[in-house]
Amino acid sequence: MRVILLGPQRRPTVDTAIRSLGLDGPVATITAGWQEREADDGELSGLLGGRATNLGLYRRWLDTQDRDPGYAAAERRVQGELAELQDIYLLRLDHALRAVYALQRRAGDQLHDQLHAEAIAAAVAAVRELDAAHLRRVNGVRGEFFAELLPHDRPVIAAHRAEVAGLLGRAAALVIAGGHVGVLADVLHLFNVAAALSGRAGDPAVPVVAWSAGAMALTDRIVLFGDRSPQGPGHAEVYGSGLSVLRDVVLLPHARARMLLDDTPRMAVIAQRFGPGRCVPLEGGTRIELDRDRGCPPGTRVLTGDGRVAALEAA
Amino acid sequence: MTAVRGPAVRHKLAINRLRDRRPLDAAMADRFLARHEVPIVEGDRCTFLYRGEADEVFLIHRIFGLPDHLPLRRLHGTDLWYVTLELPAGSRVEYQLEVACSGERERINDPLNPRLAHSPMGSSSVCYARGYSVPDWTQPDPEARAGSLVDMVVPSRALRRDCPVTLYLPARFRRTARYPLLIVHDGGDYLRYAAAKTVLDNLIHRLDMAEIVAAFVYPGDRLTEYANSAAHARYLTAELLPRLEAELPLAGTPSGRALMGSSFGAVAALATAYRHPDAYGSLLLQSGSFVFTDIGHDHGGGPPFEPVVRFVNRYRAAPRPVADRVFVSCGVYEPLIVRNRSMVPVFEAAGMTVRYVEARDGHNWVDWRDRLREGLSWIFPGPQKYVYE
Repeated sequence: MRVILLGPQRRPTVDTAIRSLGLDGPVATITAGWQEREADDGELSGLLGGRATNLGLYRRWLDTQDRDPGYAAAERRVQGELAELQDIYLLRLDHALRAVYALQRRAGDQLHDQLHAEAIAAAVAAVRELDAAHLRRVNGVRGEFFAELLPHDRPVIAAHRAEVAGLLGRAAALVIAGGHVGVLADVLHLFNVAAALSGRAGDPAVPVVAWSAGAMALTDRIVLFGDRSPQGPGHAEVYGSGLSVLRDVVLLPHARARMLLDDTPRMAVIAQRFGPGRCVPLEGGTRIELDRDRGCPPGTRVLTGDGRVAALEAA
Repeated sequence: MTAVRGPAVRHKLAINRLRDRRPLDAAMADRFLARHEVPIVEGDRCTFLYRGEADEVFLIHRIFGLPDHLPLRRLHGTDLWYVTLELPAGSRVEYQLEVACSGERERINDPLNPRLAHSPMGSSSVCYARGYSVPDWTQPDPEARAGSLVDMVVPSRALRRDCPVTLYLPARFRRTARYPLLIVHDGGDYLRYAAAKTVLDNLIHRLDMAEIVAAFVYPGDRLTEYANSAAHARYLTAELLPRLEAELPLAGTPSGRALMGSSFGAVAALATAYRHPDAYGSLLLQSGSFVFTDIGHDHGGGPPFEPVVRFVNRYRAAPRPVADRVFVSCGVYEPLIVRNRSMVPVFEAAGMTVRYVEARDGHNWVDWRDRLREGLSWIFPGPQKYVYE
């Protein structure tokens, strides 16, 4: 499957990306990350030359909320449980990361001294363990939720899934816009977009162009981040898994604006936490074309283990 | 955004340059006033002025630590009066002038300064020191979708009166969603003097805080109801809360409920949570009137504070968690700063997570308005970290 990842679309490049695929036929779009503004997709539709068919996943989710109250109540319950899990994880993460930063400060200029380096590595390892355990737990809760609710047996959801699969089946490509990554991940799972993307018998899988939150929702590890909130720099936190079309990559849209990229010790911790996966900033103008089975191509700018942003060299 | 900026002053102050001018007469004073905004802010120093015939003129302010009547000096040969204060960067000071003339004393807003601050007690002039800026999120933003205000009345057996409540419902309010609830003491004053609706609209629009429902409540006999009143706590928790949770799509869990208040309203919020420790997850306490005594009975607050002092003394003697998270803010220029600072370790010792913020401001509604972003975004964080456009 071909995937093209783009940075934020303040200056749109999605039109060029779609043209570069050289495909005919309708382009399915997902703008559910825009939530209530999902249908305000005129500009996107124009960029796609009027070929866009919005899958309307947010509208379908709202419809499910209205017409399947049993599902809606269960979803609220699981969201509450996930929120509590996230809070607990953040509490533990805060302490674990404070330990890392305290050790970095203590090491000062002797960051590479063996004693200090080992202590920092051990502290980072504890954070990695925490991140991994949280991801397993969150995915477990989501898995149990779907196993219990059996969405494919629920008429409202099943009907929406069938329509989405039909629209995707006729699409030459799929475009996923940014927005609220949690909402996007939820609706992508609920309406089983992964199955439709994985390829129909005899057909190649549909190529995907995605940006910002849309790109994050394709990965197996969604990491939330933001160093410029009203409360000051926050910890990068594992949120859950997206469609897992892309593995071992952590996408960081608008990194320059949202992160303290110049704080290299802090960025180093992020890179070390999620290694050997690549932490990839997606800035305006970024375009990365990759295959789901291969890693990031040479030239991709990534966070390095020492906290800098540098281009990947050919292996 | 309104901002007062400028480099730290190293040169002679404008008023001192004027003093050196000769001949110093009314025409010179006219030209001087035409050239300067009043108060004149030069670095960390602010010069307050009054023009007119008088026997004495005083600057009346409530900056804790300074004499509250600061005399202005008359500039020789003119009817221009002045006093210069050192105000650290970011300060915001509300003040008036007292003019004594022929045995009469009159307290007035500064006629040379158009900036006014309003409160239930009336208006006063306000000085923006270097570095203070009116936060843009406190001003109406045409981009922000407006929530709605809905008035209701809740008959209260506890308070033996019909209690008015103004509900804030966020823009795009949905019955299928679940919203956290914020109960705001002195609700009418927060709406009128702290721009609470504008602030909520803007902070929600900017994703700084979650979409919430807010219940703005109004006191009856404020000094009684807000001074650790069991009836008030019962009204909020056993009457208002169940009704709102029955009629509105609210989270209905402690983590989805918060109490907020300033001054006596902060005491009411703390006291209500103290009496119902499992009901509320968060408190937002601004310039709380947490008057206490370490020894003896002289607290200096007068009779209305007696029940407050008893309550705060009892709480300080045996602190216990009454919520999970407590946001505390206070102005460093108000006498309550010492009390509020003293409460922080007490709240922490009780096992609550505390965020404490100080500002170079006083006991007033604009100070409380300006701290709302930090408080509300901490109590009910917005989805900013989830949104990547």
